[in-house]
Amino acid sequence: MLNPQLKLNTKIFNEDVEQVPIRKGFGLGLVIAGEANKNVVALCADLTESTQMHLFKEKFPERFVQVGVAEQNLATVSSGMAAMGKIPFMSSYAMFSPGRNWEPIRTSICYNDRPVKIIGSHAGISVGPDGGTHQAIEDIAITRVIPNLDVISPCDALEAKRATIEIAKTKKPTYLRLAREKTPIITTEETPFVIGKGYIYWMPDMGLAQVGIITTGALLYRAIMVAKELEAEGIKIKVMNLATIKPIDSESIITLAKETRAIVTVEEHQIAGGMGSAVAEVLAQNFPVPIEFIGVNDKFGQSGTQDELIEHYGMGKDSIKEAVRKALSRKN
Amino acid sequence: MSFLTQSKILDLEKKANDIRISIIESLIEAKSGHTAGPLGMADVFTLFYFHILKHDPKNPTWPERDRLVLSNGHICPVLYSTMAHAGYFEVEELKTLRKFGTRLQGHPHREYLPYVETSSGPLGLGLGQAVGMALADRMDNGANTERYIYCFLGDGELDEGSNWESIMLAGKNKLRNLIAVVDRNNIQIEGYTEDVMPLESLADKWRAFNWHVIEVSGHDFQALNEAVEEAQAIYEKPTVIIAHTIPGKGVKEFERDYRWHGNPPGSGPEDKIKKAEQGAVALAELRTLGGQIISEHQ
Repeated sequence: MLNPQLKLNTKIFNEDVEQVPIRKGFGLGLVIAGEANKNVVALCADLTESTQMHLFKEKFPERFVQVGVAEQNLATVSSGMAAMGKIPFMSSYAMFSPGRNWEPIRTSICYNDRPVKIIGSHAGISVGPDGGTHQAIEDIAITRVIPNLDVISPCDALEAKRATIEIAKTKKPTYLRLAREKTPIITTEETPFVIGKGYIYWMPDMGLAQVGIITTGALLYRAIMVAKELEAEGIKIKVMNLATIKPIDSESIITLAKETRAIVTVEEHQIAGGMGSAVAEVLAQNFPVPIEFIGVNDKFGQSGTQDELIEHYGMGKDSIKEAVRKALSRKN
Repeated sequence: MSFLTQSKILDLEKKANDIRISIIESLIEAKSGHTAGPLGMADVFTLFYFHILKHDPKNPTWPERDRLVLSNGHICPVLYSTMAHAGYFEVEELKTLRKFGTRLQGHPHREYLPYVETSSGPLGLGLGQAVGMALADRMDNGANTERYIYCFLGDGELDEGSNWESIMLAGKNKLRNLIAVVDRNNIQIEGYTEDVMPLESLADKWRAFNWHVIEVSGHDFQALNEAVEEAQAIYEKPTVIIAHTIPGKGVKEFERDYRWHGNPPGSGPEDKIKKAEQGAVALAELRTLGGQIISEHQ
């Protein structure tokens, strides 16, 4: 069942469940953050509509800076604005920011400790027809490895909106990962979001769970579907939404592993170095259990629809179910 | 800022000499670091910290202060020496340069030394930050803001494409409150800039990006001062002052030799002075103002 304490979207299993792009939630959240704090400013590298930053730009044109197709400058200019007391949100596609500008982000923002919020839109394989050059599936790995950088990957547009509002309040450099396509709304306005906390979104109606699925981003939806379908087969599953990859919620992960003794991680990202690896680091040091990783297996993306690509690269429901069965079989 | 009297210029020359001595002393103690750039830029730094900048060493976080961003962070021995002589911290602390636990990191780090405006080292990142500061200042104080953002850059540093992104944006936004100073010393690690990656015509490049350009000697206080005053008066564009400097200025045996870019005295090329004597020779030359003083005073 859905965790009743979290006030999740009860219509989640409807055919016509509401679907909104995660990036849209950011766009709305940035306007709210801008209204709450006049020091919030926005910068973009020629992608305001794609990243939904145009909503802020229209509302606060005097607080918006267009840098053109220049992602390194996007990072350093943001750093300079933060030096003068601004809270800069900088947006582009994840492949270009933090992809192209990784070192300027490291040096001028993280090492230099400036409260810049790095928005990487169009992350994951589901970017679709643009193809492999535009599908960032390494961005979690390259950001979580930088000291002094928080890394957040919201599961739906509402969580993205909440996350945007919350990160505007911190003094930390932060990376926020967004997706392009419409995905189901899983949360409601009342669902809590706390930076650094993982939440159980699905649990067995009764009894202990046998497998824990830890997931981040829009694939949470498929993970919940899998849990629901496997419940009918008698397999009890808990599904955790790990929206904050860094700082990681070690306590909740260890608690889940202690209950289930088997974990499956699910992310729209390379298996190498992503959220699954972060989970494995926690469990290997504290409570080793069999872990199966669902993600892209060391390949580049390609053109296709969201659903085609997710299936093709092994992140669909059947792949997740197979991983659950494998994890179960590895328990001793 | 105002016209420099002869007396003020003599003060600045003496101060720059003291700063050069501190640079050499700190590099000898550190046993690593950069010599040519710091010596070459000592006059520019002296003029800024002792005449041009609106700042208060005893109140380093004063919000209305001018900002000076050092983009080519490797020349930090001159930044540290100048800041110490200006009163930000004790001159004694310069002996800790590059040592474990020091506030004076090998390349400036804001976390350790809070008085620097940014951490730097990797080239090509400072100007963007200066542009961001200038943009934020205009958001808050309007186009007529009286505060200036200065950015010092190396010439070899301009090989980095990221600079040109920042230069384009500054030109687009007509940032009159942004003034860049390029240390045109014609050297980089592997040789002379015009052999490694030719920059000329450097002035034309900046002009093409809609900047006002002034070329001046980096060792002439009066001309530098006038250049800054001219830059401050330009309303429609940001200004770059291309300061022609002699790398290693102050120690004749080090001057104009690119091999002194990244070596401290004691590790430099030996064709003129043996390594073991490089520090002592440099200090003697500076302390006697190039041999003008017959006996050395402690």
